[in-house]
Amino acid sequence: MDFSQIVPALPALMEGMVVTLKLLVMAVLGGVVLGTFIALGRLSSNAFLSGLAKAYVNYFRSIPLLLVIIWFYLAVPMLLNWITGDFVPVGAFASCLVAFMMFEAAYYAEIVRAGIQAISRGQVNAAYALGMTYGQAMRLVILPQAFRKMLPLLLQQSIILFQDTSLVYAVGLMDFLNSARSRGDILGQPHEFLIFAGAVYFVISYCASYIVKRLQKRLVV
Amino acid sequence: MSAFLEFDQVSHAYSQQTVVDTMSFTLVEGEIGCLLGSSGCGKTTVLRCLAGFEPIRAGSIRLAGQTLSLPGHQVPAHARQIGMVFQDYALFPHLTVGDNVAFGLRRWSRAERLRRVASLLDLVGLAGLARSYPHELSGGQQQRVALARALAPRPRLLLLDEPFSNLDVDLRSRLSAEVRAILKQENTTAILVTHDQHEAFAMADRVGVMQAGRLLQWAAPYTLYHQPASRFVADFIGQGVFLPGVVTGPACIETEIGEFCGAVPVPFDVGQRVEVLLRPDDVQHDDASSRKAVVESKVFRGSEFHYTLALPSGRRVLAEVPSHHDHPVGEPIGIRLEMDHLIAFPAH
Repeated sequence: MDFSQIVPALPALMEGMVVTLKLLVMAVLGGVVLGTFIALGRLSSNAFLSGLAKAYVNYFRSIPLLLVIIWFYLAVPMLLNWITGDFVPVGAFASCLVAFMMFEAAYYAEIVRAGIQAISRGQVNAAYALGMTYGQAMRLVILPQAFRKMLPLLLQQSIILFQDTSLVYAVGLMDFLNSARSRGDILGQPHEFLIFAGAVYFVISYCASYIVKRLQKRLVV
Repeated sequence: MSAFLEFDQVSHAYSQQTVVDTMSFTLVEGEIGCLLGSSGCGKTTVLRCLAGFEPIRAGSIRLAGQTLSLPGHQVPAHARQIGMVFQDYALFPHLTVGDNVAFGLRRWSRAERLRRVASLLDLVGLAGLARSYPHELSGGQQQRVALARALAPRPRLLLLDEPFSNLDVDLRSRLSAEVRAILKQENTTAILVTHDQHEAFAMADRVGVMQAGRLLQWAAPYTLYHQPASRFVADFIGQGVFLPGVVTGPACIETEIGEFCGAVPVPFDVGQRVEVLLRPDDVQHDDASSRKAVVESKVFRGSEFHYTLALPSGRRVLAEVPSHHDHPVGEPIGIRLEMDHLIAFPAH
């Protein structure tokens, strides 16, 4: 084993890590926002809306993520072509981002739904009695409390997403893992580079989990 | 004075279960009303109908001339300008005391809002706690925050759902007097729901006794106590026993303790069999009286003794006797009736 080639490769690997983190952060933000709307839909008294949201969640939780990534890579350009009539180049990053957002939204939606349901009904009524509409009550009273309660769960789910971003390998996006793999192939040292990549994923995920556990304890008190 | 709140022939049901049954009452502006009843009698549902959380099945609810609820139509809760103090307070845990109180004042200018919050916190005796969070406060303090929060937007009507039930007895009686003073100072029309008669009497100008979704009587506390409209109300309000008797004159009834004539005529025919309500304060201890009853048990209350007395027939009456009249159990003592109102119901 010869790890001496890792250090000169670090700038390139760093670029890959930037792609991974950019994808992660944008997918988490988009996924949580979309997931929150899906959760509100599921909790709606409107049967159509709640049925639609339920179908969405069940659908995306029943298919493999890899399939979604590949499917969106093929479908998003086709869809845009169909809508605009033009051929718009989309690129692997954008299609992966959309895939992650929509896939993760199904998981975030379930977390958000549980979070909202954990807030007592009296809180909504108290907000109504003070002149708030449904939207204001959600935005100012329920969601702030619910997000505080579910922050550890959302972060835990995001750590899993951090590991899952490596699946973009399938559509050739140069994320951290893909950068490490290709560098290792070029230099004829695939083992060293993959071991290094694995160590980086482990350290980051482990530290993040530890921080989330600490946070969880603090939020309980 | 005309009615400010009109609760007119209102019914409400959860699926097939009727919870509120053609109930009517009115309230004048600035008055405090109270619905009194044991749990499950529908009193909280009445509040929820008023607040706009429940649709009504029949009747109408009007406030200041505006129709709030009709079957199939209702003004949404947030548009009613009706404040509510919840049993569990429902304070917003993620906001400070100041922000909780300011919550209903979002449309006010910043300066007015700050002034209103400060004056309300002052009014409820919590000035200086604006930056605390609800979980840092005691139960009584949380209760005051809930009151200040509900009063802040100057609601047209304030609803209080068992507001003191989570507090200990001492605090409860002190706060109920305080809250009444605050409501009167703000000239707020309010409706309180409770199962505690003392709380109802201490707080309210008008009290309604509810049973199984029906309002049995809606009257001033004094009237309710001294002129209950039905046997249930008489039983529910205060202590007392019923003694069989026969009507002997327009305002006179003969019982085994003797004949008693009230100041107000009783609505019965001479000779009719009735049951007379005897409150503990109606039965006086009198050594000179020839009517005797045997002390069966007694409770020392400090300022008085609460005696349970057995009459020669075996029936029991209650008597409140000044505490220096200490008689042992088993001793016959002289009694005499002393009543302002004669309360009787047909015998069944």
